[in-house]
Amino acid sequence: MTTTLTHPVLVGTNLGKRYGAIEALAGVDIALRRGEVTSLCGDNGAGKSTLVKILSGATAPTTGTLQVNGEPARLRSPNDAQQAGIQTVFQDLGIAPHLTVTENVFLGREIPRRGVLGKLGMMDRKAMRTATADAVAQVKINLPGLDYIVESMSGGQRQAVAVSRTIARQGSVILLDEPTAALGVQETDRVAALITRLRESGVAVLMISHDLPMVMQLSTRVVVLRHGRKVGDLVAAEHTVDDVIAYITGHRVQDHVQHSALKEMS
Amino acid sequence: MSTPTIQSTDLAATPAASSGSGNSRTVSLARQLSLAGVFAAFVVVFAITGNGFLSQQTWNSTTQYASEFLILGAAQTFVILSGGIDLSVGAIVGLSGVCGAWTMAHTASLGAGMSITAGVLVGLAVGLAVGTLNGFLVAYIRITPFIVTLGTLGICAGLANVISGGAPITNVPSQIGTIANRNIAGWLPALFIVALVLFGYGGWLLRGTRFGTHVRAVGSSLSSSREAGVAYRSVLLRVYMLSGVLSAIAGILLLGQFVIGSPLTGANDELNAIAAVVIGGASLAGGRGTLLGTFFGAFIISVLVTGLIASHVPAFWQGVVVGLVIITAVAIDQIKDRSRREI
Repeated sequence: MTTTLTHPVLVGTNLGKRYGAIEALAGVDIALRRGEVTSLCGDNGAGKSTLVKILSGATAPTTGTLQVNGEPARLRSPNDAQQAGIQTVFQDLGIAPHLTVTENVFLGREIPRRGVLGKLGMMDRKAMRTATADAVAQVKINLPGLDYIVESMSGGQRQAVAVSRTIARQGSVILLDEPTAALGVQETDRVAALITRLRESGVAVLMISHDLPMVMQLSTRVVVLRHGRKVGDLVAAEHTVDDVIAYITGHRVQDHVQHSALKEMS
Repeated sequence: MSTPTIQSTDLAATPAASSGSGNSRTVSLARQLSLAGVFAAFVVVFAITGNGFLSQQTWNSTTQYASEFLILGAAQTFVILSGGIDLSVGAIVGLSGVCGAWTMAHTASLGAGMSITAGVLVGLAVGLAVGTLNGFLVAYIRITPFIVTLGTLGICAGLANVISGGAPITNVPSQIGTIANRNIAGWLPALFIVALVLFGYGGWLLRGTRFGTHVRAVGSSLSSSREAGVAYRSVLLRVYMLSGVLSAIAGILLLGQFVIGSPLTGANDELNAIAAVVIGGASLAGGRGTLLGTFFGAFIISVLVTGLIASHVPAFWQGVVVGLVIITAVAIDQIKDRSRREI
């Protein structure tokens, strides 16, 4: 496989998270590479969300370290992660429904006008619109218009707006939390095509999904978590949906994929 | 029962077909135009029922009367867009007017010019102070806006009575009346000009600036705004400061118009301000609303009042009619909303 040829852009080593007595995550190693889709699978409570929260800077890990482009990184906040090129699309999409596509894409990072008018708080709508048009063009899901409010759009279109935002922010890593959970069949297909295009454009994609057929179709690799530990790190092309289910339910385990420190402990 | 083909066209809608449809605004253009239609209908009705309704005099009294509600309505539009409500605007009108008049009465020895300037500044400062208090409590202490502004409504109304001794302050420079009641070319009352300028300023803030975008964003989804890095506390604080200052400007204008500072001025006017915003199509849940809608809302209310007077309907009926208009406007919105969802 070509997977190991490119250097990973985001690496987590021995990641663990404790909430009081509860160990939500332990000894998880993960590496995300440009041009790869990594899917994160597992039952409810397996630690998928905790891992995404750590990678997106929303939560600090109790143990373990992160590396971005080979450099040690500490992500103290989602802002830190965004600075490092890690963009997250959570399930609620982080969209303000009454704002237009352009306003949503640039929310919180509006481009000011040059000169005095910019000092007065005026925005450079033209520049924002142009950049939004570029990002939306890459996403290739048709939107009714950049000046339309998002409230009037379908679930797939909203997803497209959220992903356009990550593109406009120039993310090299995009984390997608159940991107198709709320969508119908046709829209799921379009979002799947969108994820493939993100991969082809050289972005490292990590997605949480319960839709295993789609996972197998889109992913380069599938990481399976169970009870907070990594039990499988699979090359998608070499496995079937049934294999993945066997790992998710605990019928099969790859011992070697756990971090060495954890293995010594147990 | 929708068919798959309808869903697919939904997603594949052509980008070229974008311009002109109503989806680009939170309050559709059709809705805003229908407000203009309702306004025109009232004018026609009153032209028939009211003796001499279509006159320069009615125009002047309507625009002068509308000025206060335009300003309070603009203030309320910002607050409601942010997802809040400001019940204290009417009481701020009264308190800032009384404080301005009190200051003028106590600085008469400085001469009219200085005395008026001092009074205006004190009135504005009072509005800014109350607005800042409202904003601080809403944004940083996280008390619901309804409770906060209900509290400051009571505080302001009470203080206005304490300061004025419960009676109008009348010994203010007569020059303020001359200025406030000036009329340009017979058709443009000074108050109306000020209201229009403030409205233009509000429109610029709302559509042209980062602040305006953030006001709508915070009201649309507080959590999304926070995630996106919007300084939502500062946005909310500034919304209530703006509302306080605009209310104080209205208070000073009314002080000028009537040449007295009365604790009764502005009492209950928050209701008409909220009514103007709601008739204009705004949602009390936040995010949805336009200043143009509020403009028509304020004018519909004003023309109702002057029209009913011209038609010799007893003044007690004004509240009844305004109430019916509010309920009708919102009911039509709800029914249209529901039918749109069922398509």
